Amino acid sequence: MSIFVDENTRVVYQGLTGSQGRYYGLLNRDYGTQVVAGTNPRKAGTDVDGVPIFATVADAAAATGATASCVFIPAPGVPGAVLEAAEAGMELVVVITEGVPAHDEAFLFNKLRRDHPDVRLLGPNCPGIISPGRCNIGITAGHIAEAGGPVGIVSRSGTLTYQALYELKQQRIGVTTCVGIGGDPVPGTTFVDCLAAFEADPETRAVMMIGEIGGSAEEEAADFIADHMTKPVVAYVAGVTAPPGKKMGHAGAIVSGGKGTAAAKMEALTAAGARVGQNPTEAGELMVEIVASL
Amino acid sequence: MDLFEHQGKELFARYGLPVPTGEVAFSPDDAVAAAERLGLPVVVKAQVHTGGRGKAGGVKLAADLDAVRSHAAGILGLDISGHIVRRLWIEQASDIAEEYYASFTLDRSARKHLGMLSAEGGVDIETVAARDPEAIARIHIDPVDGLTQPVCRQWVQAARIAGSAAEAVAEVLVTLYGAYVDADADLVEVNPLIVTSGGDVVLLDSKVTLDANSTFRHDDYATYDATQTRDEREQAAHAKRLQYVGLDGSVGVIANGAGLAMSTVDVVNQVGGSPANFLDIGGGANAEVMAGALEVINNDPAVTAILINIFGGITRGEEIANGIIEATRRVDIDSPIVIRLDGTNAAEGRELLEPHLSGALMMEPTMLDAARRAVALAGSGDGKAQP
Repeated sequence: MSIFVDENTRVVYQGLTGSQGRYYGLLNRDYGTQVVAGTNPRKAGTDVDGVPIFATVADAAAATGATASCVFIPAPGVPGAVLEAAEAGMELVVVITEGVPAHDEAFLFNKLRRDHPDVRLLGPNCPGIISPGRCNIGITAGHIAEAGGPVGIVSRSGTLTYQALYELKQQRIGVTTCVGIGGDPVPGTTFVDCLAAFEADPETRAVMMIGEIGGSAEEEAADFIADHMTKPVVAYVAGVTAPPGKKMGHAGAIVSGGKGTAAAKMEALTAAGARVGQNPTEAGELMVEIVASL
Repeated sequence: MDLFEHQGKELFARYGLPVPTGEVAFSPDDAVAAAERLGLPVVVKAQVHTGGRGKAGGVKLAADLDAVRSHAAGILGLDISGHIVRRLWIEQASDIAEEYYASFTLDRSARKHLGMLSAEGGVDIETVAARDPEAIARIHIDPVDGLTQPVCRQWVQAARIAGSAAEAVAEVLVTLYGAYVDADADLVEVNPLIVTSGGDVVLLDSKVTLDANSTFRHDDYATYDATQTRDEREQAAHAKRLQYVGLDGSVGVIANGAGLAMSTVDVVNQVGGSPANFLDIGGGANAEVMAGALEVINNDPAVTAILINIFGGITRGEEIANGIIEATRRVDIDSPIVIRLDGTNAAEGRELLEPHLSGALMMEPTMLDAARRAVALAGSGDGKAQP
């Protein structure tokens, strides 16, 4: 098993006709992902290397049975693209696009929760999701991931995720699913969402979590780990020695109330029972130890 | 992007919000001329991207033109928490009866906008929050609904705003929320929001931070970009569109991806060194970007060793190696470089780098090894070539 995507996931790419969309969409297809359609209102009826292009996600879904979408549309078009996908009945919408304004992200999150509560938004500004050997949606290099299990990965950072996948592969440790939730202020999917899904997935037996400074997502994850996780969690938080940001106003400081530093996050995760590595290599070694003891 | 107080007030005014009339001044002469046009008394205010101006002596009331001149001369050049004052805002003095605090920001964990309002304005709000959390009325605003009049009135009531001013304050707050949303602000903070003895509500200060990701729908934000506080190194990196943050150490850091760059800075610290910067060159790592990054780091006089930490994903090791080789050809580097290259086709990339290795260009197999070597080179002091 895997979480959120598997070999049966049929994916439509919004923006497949653009250079990024085409490049990664076709790489995803080469990996084995069911890349069944693309959309572009001005290019309906054409194709991208054999992948049919439709005017809308709804048309693509009707013709191909797509249930997931991957968005490579430039930032100004992202809210429209996500809502179009949700209205067309997509269960999962993965937004790779970076540079989406925070207000748009906050609006989208609340709009989806209200009108389309069953739609899972991943991103924006995320590397995507890969269930190695089954499905790869986004910009992760598929060959650096070992298929199988028992490890699930959830991460806020792109390159650190690749690093983790690669280090596990060197040790021949398989990954059920690796979810890049992205580092933006209001991600559609959180650590907690992924931890809950991994906890419920029988094939995942340990979870690696990669966090960063800022916000309180890691602290919320720590609460969830303490209360609900039976599976071992290894965590790493980047930015331990980052200098405090040059924030102007005080409103942010009051909201976070001491949360947000890497030290506070690591402390919360350790207190919750997670094993915390001081650097990516140490986190990798901790996971190797845990997998050996499973 | 942080706005100066006057830029924030000019932005507020565009939304019809009540702000005092004022002018920007860059010299005591400017300040006197502005005061003559505005009419006395005026307030001379330092324009810096930091708080605590009043305590630092950066805000002064002037009753006559001599006072305007001497205050302006005294405040220009003042160091306020590391920010040197280079511009002033000369503004008509206000007649203050009540001082409140108001702000809107995004509450990331609630995923909603957060409004904070207090009848105890004009002082450090963090002190108020610590002493009496109840003195700040908080409201979460769903971005889909926005801030409606009835909800805003309840909020104003909860903040214990004087009854006579409540209606006018509520009206201003609804407009301020509209400005916060329309301008794509990360933060708008008004402290104090005042009521004059005549009963008028006025926004007497402004702290505004705008979301740089929203520039595509705000053509005028380019002007704010030009007034951001950056040191020389940050300015050079910004001009090359590199994600760079200047730090105080001697090991120049280049990595691909924000997470890996942050992690590299951590590891340099963990092995006893001190990083000169955070620099994320993004995914591609081609020769052009790498050369630009090396130039910025090389121009930092504090740098005595350079650590390049690249993980190849879709971009293959050979491309990365060729990028580094080409970049070192283009830029005349003064400090030794330690490279850690891993990921897709790392072996092929390392093979390409092999013939170029020397005392000036080294390679290590892991992030920790590379960091240790770079730190040793930086510390030994013989890193930097003598001119």
